[in-house]
Amino acid sequence: MSPDAPPVVALDGVVKRFGERVAVDGLAFAVAPGEIFGLVGPDGAGKTTTLRMLAGLLPPDAGTIRVADTDVVAAPEAVKARISYMPQRFGLYEELTVAENIRFYADLFEVPRRVREERTDRLLAASGMTAFRAFRAGKLSGGMKQKLGLTCALVHTPDIVLLDEPTTGVDPVSRREFWAILYRLRAEGVTILLSTAYLDEAERCDRLALLSAGRVLHCDTPAALKARMPGAVLAIMTGSGRAARAALDGQEGVGRALLVGGGLHVVVDDPARRIPQIRASLAERSVPVGDIAAIAPGVEDVFMALVADASPR
Amino acid sequence: MSTGEPDAIVVDGLVKRFGAFVAVDHVSFAVAPGEIMGFLGPNGAGKSTIIRILCGLFAPTEGHVRVSGIDVATDPEGVRARIGYMSQKFSLYRDLTVLENLTFFAGIYGVRRRARAERIGYAVEMAGLGGREGQRVATLSGGWQQRLALGCAILHRPRILFLDEPTSGVEPMARRRFWDLIHALAEDGVSVLVSTHYMDEAEYCDRVALINHGRLVAVDTPGALKRAGGGRPLFVIEPADLGAALAALAGAAGIASASVYGGTLHVAAADPHYDAADLAALFAERGVEPGRIEPTAPSLEDVFVDLVASDTRTGGRAA
Repeated sequence: MSPDAPPVVALDGVVKRFGERVAVDGLAFAVAPGEIFGLVGPDGAGKTTTLRMLAGLLPPDAGTIRVADTDVVAAPEAVKARISYMPQRFGLYEELTVAENIRFYADLFEVPRRVREERTDRLLAASGMTAFRAFRAGKLSGGMKQKLGLTCALVHTPDIVLLDEPTTGVDPVSRREFWAILYRLRAEGVTILLSTAYLDEAERCDRLALLSAGRVLHCDTPAALKARMPGAVLAIMTGSGRAARAALDGQEGVGRALLVGGGLHVVVDDPARRIPQIRASLAERSVPVGDIAAIAPGVEDVFMALVADASPR
Repeated sequence: MSTGEPDAIVVDGLVKRFGAFVAVDHVSFAVAPGEIMGFLGPNGAGKSTIIRILCGLFAPTEGHVRVSGIDVATDPEGVRARIGYMSQKFSLYRDLTVLENLTFFAGIYGVRRRARAERIGYAVEMAGLGGREGQRVATLSGGWQQRLALGCAILHRPRILFLDEPTSGVEPMARRRFWDLIHALAEDGVSVLVSTHYMDEAEYCDRVALINHGRLVAVDTPGALKRAGGGRPLFVIEPADLGAALAALAGAAGIASASVYGGTLHVAAADPHYDAADLAALFAERGVEPGRIEPTAPSLEDVFVDLVASDTRTGGRAA
């Protein structure tokens, strides 16, 4: 990754309306070559619409989009050789084998015959699927299907890969393998944009754009976003999470509370000051309580603090 | 979570074979009343098979399963009357309203006409559907549809709820609201068994059971699993050159694994006494600048991936 290099993807003032609804509302961000860039946000934030506009599949109503030195708005077809787009439901042919699916996409992308064999072998090896060449795609697990989808999407060696929620429904072991493939692509200089609804996954990206209602609310590295989180997260151990939450509701300096296994996570402005206050009010209401300690916020906590509070309900 | 009452679910030596394939391999665990038990495991590990046996849909090949005190092998109908079940592919009538769906499912569950209004009121309240009763399902977002599916699954006031990947593909805020409902049900004494692929959700459970190749690999609270962590010290390093750092670590003595994580590497040591100074010495010897080296606590995902890998390697003999 070279953050000072000119961006390989740049959007500015992008607007997309569907009838009355404004799906994307003045969107602007830039992605450096070789970056893994995550679009994070609730349903309807504009993640899929943005990826489709980047892929040249959907024209914006206003704004500029440049991808790989191409003006996508003016020449949507020109960008297609340089990118690969994997939608949420990638079109695999379930009746065809793994190798046949790859060959189909190689034909579609007009990959020259002489490089096809070598490339297929290399991609299958990289995704750990060599042994599954002759398997019918319909028989693969969810994680394997996603890896095959990615393999098909990479067969024309794109510079930029656009992935729409690529790991939804994929188990953690397969998800790690999927990410290992993405990191290898990054090491080869490929730029990756992906959307995700899962915030543990967002932590794996180099940079994130937190989207809400078609706009970028925050854009930075996961670590920098966490540093922007106002206040701190306290873990309160208690067997009566709901009673504890009710007791703390509306208290000064105590914000959002989340029930977790074994207790409650609450956001507070100042842990040193609020821990004794919380202990006192729980004791007053006879809510049994164990340890209370500050914990490191996850991207999810940050997301809730920075995005959820800014979003219309 | 309360104790003192008999366990809501008791699974003892459960085996399920489909022909020669062993889908469930001597699994034993118990779930207390009001407990939220998470079910984690790779696809095909046997989670859904266990849930279906607990629902009385498959008969066990061996072992005993009691749900709400009833043996599922002898009285599957009795079990089904006491449980609620919701899967990721829940079915709702999209052209009907929220209230019409609830009324329809109340009929399916055999809720008596006299009790119907009260039960629908309970489901609307528990699932947080108030104000949406007249809305057509097709016009609801995924998160709302999910809550309605949960509402339909609790109309007969089950004491035990099985949720099979209930939040797959639902956005974060809706997912959190859904989990608030699950916690509310648990505080009312409902036992919840929920399968998920997401570690943030596993953290919301009282305990999690990790399944691999039909075997129960671990069952404990998320906190205890992370503290145990496979006994491997874990470090985060932030090298300027990820590739060079990875190459330096490849095959190095004392290093169990190194994986890329954003702009950092997560390095697991094989020896429990390995420390940051050892790691710094290793990099110095190889002439690679590791950047910041910080010991870190393993995430639940680290523990999960580690336990699954070692179980798969040993075929369950180490577990």
